[in-house]
Amino acid sequence: MDIKQKIEKANEKAVNRMIQGEPVLVDIAPAGEVIPGLEDKMILHAGPPIEWERMCGAQKGAIIGMVLYEGWAKTPEEARAMLKKREIHLQPNHHHQTVGPMAGTISPSAPVWVVENKSFGNRAFCRQVEGRQQFGDYSEEALQSLRLWRDVWAPTLRKALLNMGGLDLKPIITHAMQMGDELHNRHSASSSLFANQMAVAMIEADLPKETVIPTLKYVTNHNLIFLGLAMACGKAIADPAHGIEHSTVVIAMARNGTDFGIRVSGLGNDWFTAPSPSVDGLYLPGYSAVDAGFDMGDSAITETVGWGAFVIGGAPGILSLVGGTPDEALAYSREMKKITVAVHPTYRMPALGFVGTSIGIDIRKVVQTSITPIIDTAIAHKDPGHPIIGAGLVRAPLECFRQALIAFGRKYNAR
Amino acid sequence: MASGYVVRKQQYYDSIFLMGVNKRLSENRGVLQTAVLMGSEKNKQLLADIGIHGPQIDSAGPNDLIVAIIADTPQIVEAVLGKLDEALDRIQAGSIPSVLHTLEEGLAQKPNANLAVISIPGEYAAHEARKALEAGLNVFLFSSNVSIEDELDLKQCALQNNLLVMGPDCGTSLLGGIGIGFANIVRRGPIGVIGAAGTGLQEFTSQIHNAGLGISHAIGTGSHDVSDEIEGITTFTALERLEADSQTKVIVFISKPLGAKTFTKLVERLQGCRKPAIGCFLGQPVEPLDRNTNLQCARTIDEAVQLAAKHVTGSPLPPIQLTSEELEWAAREKAGWSPEQKYLRGVFAGGTFCYQSQQILRDAGFAVHSNAPFAPQNRLSHPDQSLEHTLLDMGDDYYTLGKPHPMINGTLRVQRILTESLDHQVAILLLDFILGYNASTDPVGELLDAILEARQRVRKRGGSLTVVASICGTEDDPQDLNLQTQLLKEAGAIVFRSNARATLFCCELLKHPLGGAHGK
Amino acid sequence: MENNIIPLLDEAILAINLGPKQFYESLEKQGVEAVQVDWTPSAGGDKDMIKLLDELL
Repeated sequence: MDIKQKIEKANEKAVNRMIQGEPVLVDIAPAGEVIPGLEDKMILHAGPPIEWERMCGAQKGAIIGMVLYEGWAKTPEEARAMLKKREIHLQPNHHHQTVGPMAGTISPSAPVWVVENKSFGNRAFCRQVEGRQQFGDYSEEALQSLRLWRDVWAPTLRKALLNMGGLDLKPIITHAMQMGDELHNRHSASSSLFANQMAVAMIEADLPKETVIPTLKYVTNHNLIFLGLAMACGKAIADPAHGIEHSTVVIAMARNGTDFGIRVSGLGNDWFTAPSPSVDGLYLPGYSAVDAGFDMGDSAITETVGWGAFVIGGAPGILSLVGGTPDEALAYSREMKKITVAVHPTYRMPALGFVGTSIGIDIRKVVQTSITPIIDTAIAHKDPGHPIIGAGLVRAPLECFRQALIAFGRKYNAR
Repeated sequence: MASGYVVRKQQYYDSIFLMGVNKRLSENRGVLQTAVLMGSEKNKQLLADIGIHGPQIDSAGPNDLIVAIIADTPQIVEAVLGKLDEALDRIQAGSIPSVLHTLEEGLAQKPNANLAVISIPGEYAAHEARKALEAGLNVFLFSSNVSIEDELDLKQCALQNNLLVMGPDCGTSLLGGIGIGFANIVRRGPIGVIGAAGTGLQEFTSQIHNAGLGISHAIGTGSHDVSDEIEGITTFTALERLEADSQTKVIVFISKPLGAKTFTKLVERLQGCRKPAIGCFLGQPVEPLDRNTNLQCARTIDEAVQLAAKHVTGSPLPPIQLTSEELEWAAREKAGWSPEQKYLRGVFAGGTFCYQSQQILRDAGFAVHSNAPFAPQNRLSHPDQSLEHTLLDMGDDYYTLGKPHPMINGTLRVQRILTESLDHQVAILLLDFILGYNASTDPVGELLDAILEARQRVRKRGGSLTVVASICGTEDDPQDLNLQTQLLKEAGAIVFRSNARATLFCCELLKHPLGGAHGK
Repeated sequence: MENNIIPLLDEAILAINLGPKQFYESLEKQGVEAVQVDWTPSAGGDKDMIKLLDELL
């Protein structure tokens, strides 16, 4: 077999593994209990590896928030001092089978979604999604939400979940996509479907009203709650496709607000990075482009498995982000088809005639066509201390794929 | 500065949608700030922060839409608020067509394709042509600046796969009546022609049609096919096919000088050909090959037409030499020149025409300079500086790098005509006009003003500029041949349907210059 | 070549045009089945990448 055939076979294997993914929510537990390698005085973050000094304002703010939340420091100044002195270890989520939205910060006492891929037995973890701390806000208000999650909402949901024996997520994802969600910025349907199931489960678990009611209010009022689950699903689906010799399929895209990094199935644990780009976006009242930070978060794991912007054609409610025309959305779907290996048999977009989603980004095709994966994402402020300021579209930098292709050529001895 | 707002009760809108509306409203001229939001307490505070308040805002609730504008004048505020409904409606856009960008995409759409027509930049052309050949397609390679090594590689690959590579630098082919590249509309018939000279093929096929006859196939080989590096790979394949083609009764070959080895091989092959063969080897020093062999040699394209026609109909065509009427006309023209006028300037769109004209003039004893010369010693030191008798190939790289070919766009020829008209010693302007697919829609029209201006200038100096033109084309071509001819005549040009005859006319004009030295 | 059908000369032309649209349009006008490719170089014209892609893709 020549190298092209080897690559084609390897890519087929990688994509089939992704397609076979069967994600199930099996637990909601404190990160320190379930995430492999997460130790005391360690905080996991979104994106490729990065030292404290190079972190962007929003991610620094989020890290400070976690330090205060864990009680390792009493003031932001104390927290900064500890971080400068390397008393707290910072590592990428992706190195621990984990993903996190925006700054993506996860510390030992923070409860995370635990998703198991029943087809391969692997697990993936993701924290809950909220609108303040993960954007760099470390105020009392922001931290209070984290505490409520830790003390009330997560434990209650956990009891209900364990009582029901786990929750199959693939049906929710399939239905939600057909109801107009794209599973990155638009989760209204999936969150609704999730809330419905958890509501029943909480009642059936016979849990006290004092915890059930606030938890019900939380899940039924949070139209992005499913993003955290979708991200964990994406990671659980992508990980079995990692480590296949000769495969050029991308198995992770992640940003920390400073760097954008990708990982490739046949290229081990190497990151291929480039400066994180600006998001072309729309802003919430009071904010504009001058306030924005660069692209951030592990949420591009959704595009990595063919959701998010890859299915934006099927999400009419979010079309405003792409300029507002269905034709343009269709154009994006056609573009992504040119740089991917296969089409998913199950996840389909009714708005585009039920065509299947494109899955398996191939670094060769990206370099050949110069078409880079499109991602739709939220926007954080460039400084710490602010909540979400907007949302928009961004492209993964071509440079990441070029570097990866060169490395692939060297590793597999192509001349 | 002015501000205003509107409250729409019980109109829930998605926040992302509202951000888009906000953007559309803020793009109006004179608008300083916009706010499009639902009436939550937080949002009402935001509005207060930018100076927007009022009773309707106070009483607005979370399901009410508030739209506020701050602008230069109250009129702008009112106008923009009036556009709110428009902004709330979805924009309808036209369908974006699916555009193909690669050969692979083309093959995916047309898996049964048998021909790739390639006119992309030379540095990439060989690569794409190779892929096309590997996919089983024949190639029409219009691109130039392909290396001779790449050309050899392509043609050897084609040979192995029984495919044809027409090119590089191939401008014309007519396959089964279908014109590819620059081609004239020509009827089908029994005459087959192979050419390493694009405009030469156009001239030959047009003249055959104009003589009432037809073409089976015209196969372009590219200008370097008959060099000794390539040894005529495409020529020999084309020959084989025309021999096997039942429609083809006579085979004609047209080119500029061949490599010595290739010339010998080709002559031998044509002599041994199963069908009558005619060779028009422009510029090739040809020993008299007029023994009774299968191969007849034509010194000009017109002669090739004559010889081919004779095989088909047996009856001769009108002679190539000038008629007595034309000779008289030449004398009349010369009589109008001032004493200093003595030189010929040719400004050509067709490379083969520039070449054939040089040959005819040389054979008549005139020394001619050119940017695409017959012999190295005749090369102009700078293409922009004409010297004595000069013929210019305006399709040469020097003039076409980054600019459209003169067959498509006449701008550079216009400039050159005007420049030449400033030279007091210019007596004759020789021009070619080429019709057919992909040529300019009005080749004559593009140059008309320049021709009139040039003649006017010389007239003002007390002389007369003789403009001699040839038109290559048929009455079936998209450009109106008769109208093009008419326009030229009305501008005072002397029009021929052949480059060779137009050049013979120039020879006649130059033969006896008024007083002074013999034209040499 | 003893068989009756001469390659290309006896076949209907099915063309893929890489380059300016005019050549495609003139074929279309003659009733030829053709497809237009607005050709752009692979990898944005980067020769090193093109070479690498030749090996791998």
